[in-house]
Amino acid sequence: MPDHSPGLAHQFEEPVQQYEAASLGMWVFLVTEVMFFGGVFAGYTVYRAEFAAAFAQAGAHLSLLLGSINTAILLTSSLTMAFAVRSAQLNRRGALIGFIVSTMVLGAVFLGIKFTEYAEKFADGLVPGPHFTYVGPDPRHAQLFFSFYFAMTGLHALHMIIGLGLLGVLAFQASRDRFGAAYHTPVEMTALYWHFVDIVWLFLFPLLYLIDRHG
Amino acid sequence: MEPTTSLSGPPTSARRYFVVYAALIALTGINIGLAFVDLGRCNVVVVVAIAVCQATLSALYFMNLRDSPRLTWLVATAAVVWLIILITAAIADVLTRGWLGTPGS
Repeated sequence: MPDHSPGLAHQFEEPVQQYEAASLGMWVFLVTEVMFFGGVFAGYTVYRAEFAAAFAQAGAHLSLLLGSINTAILLTSSLTMAFAVRSAQLNRRGALIGFIVSTMVLGAVFLGIKFTEYAEKFADGLVPGPHFTYVGPDPRHAQLFFSFYFAMTGLHALHMIIGLGLLGVLAFQASRDRFGAAYHTPVEMTALYWHFVDIVWLFLFPLLYLIDRHG
Repeated sequence: MEPTTSLSGPPTSARRYFVVYAALIALTGINIGLAFVDLGRCNVVVVVAIAVCQATLSALYFMNLRDSPRLTWLVATAAVVWLIILITAAIADVLTRGWLGTPGS
């Protein structure tokens, strides 16, 4: 009998095989996420092409400053997440916990800024619905822009909240010394998810905040 | 200290992570700067192209696709291919609707 490490499930020959199966499964899940977000992106692309002028005017109401800061924050959180995985691989428990918590703090700051932006939109009457009081040409299609804005950033924020939950569990498990070089699959899988959510934002930010700013 | 043979392969060097991070931040800066330059219809293309570069960097180094098995590459590529089909098919319909006119109108 080969030695049976405690984290190894019965159906696997060895830890590496189990790890590779988990990794592949996570990537397949991320493909379904690409298609999920892809549907919204496709819809946005079509309407942006149809009502380019209205979307450009409406897009100018978003805060470029807050959007840019949030992009930097999210990229930094990806860096700390990458270092969390590295710490686990190097058996550095203290650093692992530190990097997981840093990632959570950065994620929370991102959400905080996002909610500030939402609050501004509510105050300015830019939230689609009965209280939509947009001043400008073609308010109907501007409203469509803001519907996309809230749907896309809202779905993204929901993913961030789920990510924070996952990171919380990781931090707890790490504090109980569950992870090290020999076993850290959950850290690695959560990192894949976190980086993916970051990538989604890397597309949301230019498409919502940056296109046709100069006009 | 246990032997440091890591389950998920050898750890990436800290230096490489910092280089990738710097590149991602720089590309974001370029993207924001370009938003104020009038490139006409190319603006969307440039902005998305930069985002694609950033996504590729993140996938290759942060998500460690670079050192992942071939099967993982296949799965990741499949996502991109299907996404391209989804968006191209949708946009091709909308952009070509006016070409032939509507019979009877």
